[in-house]
Amino acid sequence: MQRKKPSSIGLKILMAVTGILLVLFLYAHMIGNLKIFFGETPFDHYAHWLRTIGNPVLPNQWYLWIQRGGLTIAVIGHIVAATILYGRARKARPVKYAHRPKVQGSYAARTMRWGGVIVVLFVIYHILDLSTLTLNPNAQSGKPYANIVADFAPSRWYVTLFYTLAIVAIGFHLRHGLFSAVRTLGQQTARGERLARTTALVLSLVLVVGYLSVPFAVLTGLVG
Amino acid sequence: MDIKVRVWRQAGPAADGKMVTYDVKDISADASFLEMLDVLNEQLILDGDDPIAFDHDCREGICGMCSMVIDGTPHGPERATTTCQLHMRHFNDGDVIDVEPWRAAAFPVVKDLVVDRTAFDRIIQAGGYISAPTGTAPDAHAMPIPKKDADAAFEAATCIGCGACVAACPNGSAMLFTAAKVAHLGLMPQGQPERDTRVLDMLQAQDDAGFGGCTNMGECTTVCPKGIPLTLIGRLNSDYRKAVTRKS
Repeated sequence: MQRKKPSSIGLKILMAVTGILLVLFLYAHMIGNLKIFFGETPFDHYAHWLRTIGNPVLPNQWYLWIQRGGLTIAVIGHIVAATILYGRARKARPVKYAHRPKVQGSYAARTMRWGGVIVVLFVIYHILDLSTLTLNPNAQSGKPYANIVADFAPSRWYVTLFYTLAIVAIGFHLRHGLFSAVRTLGQQTARGERLARTTALVLSLVLVVGYLSVPFAVLTGLVG
Repeated sequence: MDIKVRVWRQAGPAADGKMVTYDVKDISADASFLEMLDVLNEQLILDGDDPIAFDHDCREGICGMCSMVIDGTPHGPERATTTCQLHMRHFNDGDVIDVEPWRAAAFPVVKDLVVDRTAFDRIIQAGGYISAPTGTAPDAHAMPIPKKDADAAFEAATCIGCGACVAACPNGSAMLFTAAKVAHLGLMPQGQPERDTRVLDMLQAQDDAGFGGCTNMGECTTVCPKGIPLTLIGRLNSDYRKAVTRKS
């Protein structure tokens, strides 16, 4: 096509596809996290297994790096498309209304852009905390269970608080994001819309509960 | 009833505008909103002032000309109602009512409340038609169309192109308008030959005009005087995706 600039729906499709890929990763990640309830040895073993996926076809850690590469591309694609669309939306209304009631769309819909920024900042902190261990109080490589227990110790309540806020922000982002992704990919019936909205809400809630169960289990001493 | 209106006054496209407050006294509760503005304009003319420029034509809710944002809502507080069909009984004595033009880069202000909506015409010109031989009208039943499709196409075709969707959208998007126009032809057998080029060309014209993208907020369908459903945007997205796939 001889388009000078990418079409608005093309950018939205890019956001929908990358967003769905990221949600699939979030679900896989959450299910892995829940392994912590089986105890220290199974959890550390699981974490070690992640490094050996694809053996012996792929050398150690190769799968992990391929996935990290894929996720980074998806995140960048998602953010770039969102930024272009945000720029166009700003330019589309140069003069603001003097009188403007609050947008009637849901809280989740109204906070997509800032919510997205919060999620990015959280992901950076999260990688520094539990992947590179730069900000982790225990920081023992190969001992994820101990690192997590040290991370969410009751004395570090502010870390748990920040994780909670970030996970809730992701929940809101997905509640509107998942519905929007389905609509962007062509959902077009009233019944399908109700189903898509309900599914998005349920998937977001399950994700929030699943992720928050770990820090709160540590905080309350259930894990530790 | 006595009210105050705060109206956007702008002498011309390049001029700076501002909100100006006017007293409107003794207006009938049965007057339409436009009749209230007519009364105010008569008073302004008698006072030697410039009357407020606003668009209006049929005054029976079917032409889509009367375009103004009343207290932050295009066409005012009544659902599925154009400004000309909005009556003063929906306001209270002593109210201060804010009246502004559609705010969108693609709809530049011509004067006061009048905006230039030719961006919509450019979207229609890009593909909002079917190519058909002229001549005598074909027999009404020559081409059977399922009732469900005919009803859905008619619902989409009720769009009067007023631009309230753009005015309400937080992104200044024209997606609901384009979606309605793409759907009402795409649902008909006569619209099939140009279905792919229509969606590609109309979306290109829409993007070129400087409208924003849809974020599925639903403001557009809430203010639409014809109640065009938001689900049509899903159909537009689907048609676009299929057209791009088939083209490449």
